[in-house]
Amino acid sequence: MKTDKVYKCEIINMIELTPMEKLFHLRILDPAERDLFSFRAGQFVMVEVPGFGEVPISLSSSPNNREFMELCIRKAGQTTNMLHKARIGSRVGIRGPFGTAFPMEQMVGHNLLLIAGGLGLAPLRAPIYWVTDHRSDYRDVHILYGTKEPWQMLFTYQYEEWERINHIRMLTIVEKGDENWKGNTGMITELFNDITIDPANTYAIVCGPPVMFKFVCNHMDNLGIPMNHMFVSLERRMHCGMGKCCRCMVGSTFTCVDGPVFDYWSVMNLKEAI
Amino acid sequence: MIYKVITKSEFRKFVSGLIRENQTIGPKLVDSDREGNPIYQFKEVNSFDEMDLDYTQADYSIKNFYLPFREELSRFDYSNSDWEQNIEYHVHPRVIVGVRACDINALTKLDKIFMKGNFPSPHYIARRKNTFLIGMDHEPLDDCFCKSLNQDVVRHGFNLYCTDIGKSYYLTINSSKAFNFLRNVKTSDPGKEDDRKYIERRKYLKKKFRTHVEVTGLPALMDIEFQSDVWKKWGDKCLNCGSCAMVCPTCYCHGVEENIEVNLKRSRKERVQYSCSIVDFAEVAGGHNFRPLKEDRLKYRFYHHYRGFAENADEQICVGCNRCGRACLAGINPRDVINDLRMESEE
Repeated sequence: MKTDKVYKCEIINMIELTPMEKLFHLRILDPAERDLFSFRAGQFVMVEVPGFGEVPISLSSSPNNREFMELCIRKAGQTTNMLHKARIGSRVGIRGPFGTAFPMEQMVGHNLLLIAGGLGLAPLRAPIYWVTDHRSDYRDVHILYGTKEPWQMLFTYQYEEWERINHIRMLTIVEKGDENWKGNTGMITELFNDITIDPANTYAIVCGPPVMFKFVCNHMDNLGIPMNHMFVSLERRMHCGMGKCCRCMVGSTFTCVDGPVFDYWSVMNLKEAI
Repeated sequence: MIYKVITKSEFRKFVSGLIRENQTIGPKLVDSDREGNPIYQFKEVNSFDEMDLDYTQADYSIKNFYLPFREELSRFDYSNSDWEQNIEYHVHPRVIVGVRACDINALTKLDKIFMKGNFPSPHYIARRKNTFLIGMDHEPLDDCFCKSLNQDVVRHGFNLYCTDIGKSYYLTINSSKAFNFLRNVKTSDPGKEDDRKYIERRKYLKKKFRTHVEVTGLPALMDIEFQSDVWKKWGDKCLNCGSCAMVCPTCYCHGVEENIEVNLKRSRKERVQYSCSIVDFAEVAGGHNFRPLKEDRLKYRFYHHYRGFAENADEQICVGCNRCGRACLAGINPRDVINDLRMESEE
């Protein structure tokens, strides 16, 4: 899948997660193309609504699921608004998968910290699925998830499954609670007070708004987690996904082909990155 | 590389033959500016006399013939709630005559982006492969600094290159197509006198450069001066109009737009030239802008030209033509900005 060719998909299911975010299940129509399509946790696709535009969306499903892909899409612009108006059975296009992935094989035998803020839980779902599919390969796994308000929490229906069935410790926090919120309030870094980690044997994956990276990664750096053990997924505007349009360029790096997944060491040395 | 010598009258016959057989583009005098200086542009020509091969510099480089301002990438045809995508790229053989060394070097830089790597552009490749490029040397303008960047000499990226040695051109033949075309034309092998004139001409042109920009260690300087006040000084002047990118022979930042036809039966996906100095270039859906300030965007353009591309391709993307400096409505040019940065680091 290396040209401008767009692969036709059918929307086979849609789940409304919040008033702003929907989870789409897309299935590539052509069985031959479907067989060819595979991706790694952390990669993204360009979702095409013909006539309206294309948007880069992280793959949110298990890399082992070859039948359909899941994409969590926030209503944020013209194309995503159109997508939110689509119905089951509608056809959209995809190009990809593009970009780099989280090095899940490299993390085998270590503890994992999966840290997400807001919509960042969507790209983090792919490595979570990977871990749950290969649970015995990893030691202690923590998910730290924070949003501004409780209603913004995504995939709440899966937390119990992750904790109870997959033995992943899930910690959540909101910046501002409401009358029903009984959990933690504050910044996501406060969740580190509730966990014990062995820094040298821990890998971390961080997805979230740009402002979060610096605080979270600095905190982990202070805890002693090596910088090349922390992976972040950067967000940028993208028009081509192929390292041509330069919209996503940071310094000498294209977020679409050299990223979106970077280790913190590389990003820290990249001007303007975070 | 094969070298031949052709008389100017024979060259005229040769090019006239190409014009008869192919779509041909050459430098034409189109107007004059307020000071009475001539304005040249590359335009389609129907006869040799329409061209002015002694032109100084065309306002726009030939980039636009390879990366048009707007081009169709694909088309979607709709029927019965379904759609089909069509990708087409047809380019008729064409000839471009009189291209300067820096502009050819600019194309070889674009080749690295659009013809190589995992995602080559079929549209660009079609245009590049179907264009016969004849280069020609020229006396540098007062503000050209291509020599500083080693871009005043051309080694690749053309079919034929002409060096003016008086009554003849010293031809550098760089493709079998050019060699075959020249079979039907009267040329001769260069003699000792021709070689001497060629070397003299090269020396003469080297000496004519008046502007020098010190680019040694520039990538490191860009890193060191990332927080410099120089960016604010020039950023405050910048109008964010994108003129610099439009005239630059190597700027290739673009956007992809989709336009649906009024009858709702068809839509076009188009690549549209853009500029990193335009305010929404790095804005993401939802409104966050990764480069909200003018100085950020100006800095980014310089950073890409003198630092970013240098790291990826081991060379700077700028060819030193200074078109951006001449086109800038706010009077910003690379020489002044780089000199300011250097002074900053020396203080």
